[in-house]
Amino acid sequence: MTVTRGFHGRRRDSDARLPPGQHLTPDFPVLSAGPTPLVPRDDWELIVATEDGTRHGWTWAELMALPSEDVTVDIHCVTSWSKLDTDWRGVSLDTVLADVDTAADFAMVHSHGGYTTNLPLEDLLDGRAWIAYEYDGDELAPEHGGPARLLVPHLYLWKSAKWVREIELMLDDAPGFWEQLGYHDYGDPWREQRYQGD
Amino acid sequence: MNNESAADAAFDGNVMAGPLSEVFAVDITTAQGRCRGCGTTSVIATLRVYGPDPGLVGRCPGCDDVLVRIVRTPDAVWLDLAGLTSLRVAVPAGVAGVPASSGGDA
Ligand SMILES: [Zn+2]
Repeated sequence: MTVTRGFHGRRRDSDARLPPGQHLTPDFPVLSAGPTPLVPRDDWELIVATEDGTRHGWTWAELMALPSEDVTVDIHCVTSWSKLDTDWRGVSLDTVLADVDTAADFAMVHSHGGYTTNLPLEDLLDGRAWIAYEYDGDELAPEHGGPARLLVPHLYLWKSAKWVREIELMLDDAPGFWEQLGYHDYGDPWREQRYQGD
Repeated sequence: MNNESAADAAFDGNVMAGPLSEVFAVDITTAQGRCRGCGTTSVIATLRVYGPDPGLVGRCPGCDDVLVRIVRTPDAVWLDLAGLTSLRVAVPAGVAGVPASSGGDA
């Protein structure tokens, strides 16, 4: 299955695909808040924890056994670079969360290394978010979040947590690592929600 | 943390001097901070600092915990020192506060 977001077009269409205040980059800059964790696939596990304490887990082999999707999306970093037509493979969060019973409205995503970021649960659903494990046809490199990262391309890229290990489902919102320190709680690039108050 | 690091910090704590000078009257990079996680005391200038974007993250040389975070938005400096139990800032002796020897006549 191939899901393509945004406009298809030649270069002259790229301006229409750039959110306000963004510029195009041909590179894939690496932004890091700490040492790059090296997580062996044999040890890798994804946890979904619900508000009543129920924990659902997937090993790497179990994740690979789930139906995957190839997605081509534009990504937008809050530091003002955007990259168009990036190719990923991953498992939709719709698939991961299909059998998870929850009344939660929010999620806190936890990464190896201690990073966290918060999102409304609905932004992880309806074909808008993936657990991504390939980029541009290759295994996702550790500096870009491998073995697996969250991919939520309709929000600024700090929401697409690298080295994802747990999705904690919550009844109430709470701020994550950057959301505690001046960054916007939601982070919609099309509304230029970079900082609190934007 | 028990994971090996593939890449080390891009900076040391001297990179935090600019935004900290917007907040404090003294140079905090020469102050000594004590890690809440492992108790290691470090001069702020010697921290391993990641960033500079989305923010500066200064980590403990002893345990990699976050000691200092600084985000510079267009109109504010956001500062998180919660990873420190204390910050020792050297000042000239006897200049302010409690005198070095009390006269008792006040
Ligand atoms: Zn420490």
